[in-house]
Amino acid sequence: MTGQLNRVSDSRQYGRQINREASPWRQYAVPYVSIMAGSLLPVFVLTGTMPIMPPLGFMMLLGWRIMRPGLLPVWIGLPLGLVDDLFSGQPFGSAVLLWSLAMLAIEQLEQRFPWRNFGHDWLTASVVLTAYLTLAVLFSGATPNAHQLTIIAPQIALSILLYPIVAIVVSWLDRFRLSRTREVV
Amino acid sequence: MAPPSSRRSGHSRRAQYSIFTGYVLASIGALIGAVLLAISIFQPSAFSGVRGTAINAVEPAAEVTTTSRTGFASLYDNVSGYLRAGSQNAALNEELEIARIKLEEAKAVEQENLRLKALLDIKQDEVEPIVVSRLVGSTSASTRRFAYLGAGSSDGVAVGMPVRGPHGVVGRILEVSSNSARVMLLTDSESVLPVRRADDEVVAFAEGRGDGLLNIRLINLGINPLEPGDVFVTSGAGGYYRPSVAVAIVDEVTSDGAIARLIADPAASDIVSVEPIWQPAALQSAQIPVQIALDEVEADQ
Repeated sequence: MTGQLNRVSDSRQYGRQINREASPWRQYAVPYVSIMAGSLLPVFVLTGTMPIMPPLGFMMLLGWRIMRPGLLPVWIGLPLGLVDDLFSGQPFGSAVLLWSLAMLAIEQLEQRFPWRNFGHDWLTASVVLTAYLTLAVLFSGATPNAHQLTIIAPQIALSILLYPIVAIVVSWLDRFRLSRTREVV
Repeated sequence: MAPPSSRRSGHSRRAQYSIFTGYVLASIGALIGAVLLAISIFQPSAFSGVRGTAINAVEPAAEVTTTSRTGFASLYDNVSGYLRAGSQNAALNEELEIARIKLEEAKAVEQENLRLKALLDIKQDEVEPIVVSRLVGSTSASTRRFAYLGAGSSDGVAVGMPVRGPHGVVGRILEVSSNSARVMLLTDSESVLPVRRADDEVVAFAEGRGDGLLNIRLINLGINPLEPGDVFVTSGAGGYYRPSVAVAIVDEVTSDGAIARLIADPAASDIVSVEPIWQPAALQSAQIPVQIALDEVEADQ
């Protein structure tokens, strides 16, 4: 009789969480792995014409930074930027510089506006993404001209529109990160 | 959402110091980034080794996505062909397109032969490609237009070799590692290619604009002889590309040249061949390719 009841409670949504805790490996690895995967993904898309893929690595970084303040250390732009530079096609060091600056800038913004809703976060992400993509053009190693800035307009628009989806993905990953899987003994 | 209270340092010295250290480390990170950036802008090949290793590591995965991507692309072609006028129509259209390009190239070859016969009795052999491979990926999130090739130095690929697709020139090898190579596409804003009009001697430079189009900049200033629909082929100046390979079709005429569309879209040419450098001797004489190109073009006239 009790065995039957236990099985019922186990099959409930939260039944499996009793007496379990989040796996520490997963807790620490998921944000970093997902950001690095984001840096890698645009490599697999073949476009000969225009930069059209949003900078997914940077957007994942923004997502984690904005939605989970305090999870990523401020200096994380250095190691993660190094990984992004390996695959982005930008001159080496461009992402290290821009990601570090972005982390510092968001830190300042957060202290100035501690209470925010998703709209504010989206606005923050849009401003940071626009600045990032524009500066990336200047640091791309090509002689900068006005025409290049018009080329990235569609990419900027797409990145801004895609931020809510990145935010949803980050929240899924966050739930996965904190899901209680390890049995406490 | 308000930041978690653990990040407010309050009167705790320890918390204050740890936050301060975080800022210092982040600023140092930004500084390191600036230094690396300066080095790699002034010496673009500085970090090619690390980058090559990284691309080598993901190259097998990229091969897989390339196969599925081309599979999807051909599926899409078939479906769209059927919807338009049957799949045969799509195939015929493609054949016609290639035939048109071949015709223009043939005209160019004819012109080339005439010129060579007039100058000297130079023998020109058919070029044997070094390797035939796939473009496995690209830098699709950056303004620079690079593609990654699924073959590297172990297949004999070397820096500077021209890369061509079935339709025409795609780009030039920029960096090589053991199993992969980085190709600078014609559309990259730093790419300059000496070209000439297929049916006469109008010489120009085809410069990438970064948005998929090429700027055709005429060398002889004067009345602009170009018209929409003119086909440009490689001139052979500079020594990298052999002459008379299709490059671009003029789309719009501007005051000092034209804006042209690529004939070989890298995204459409999944299988490409790497060819040996056409005139290695011409390249050894000087290091700056544009300078050589200019000298040779001047010598031609």
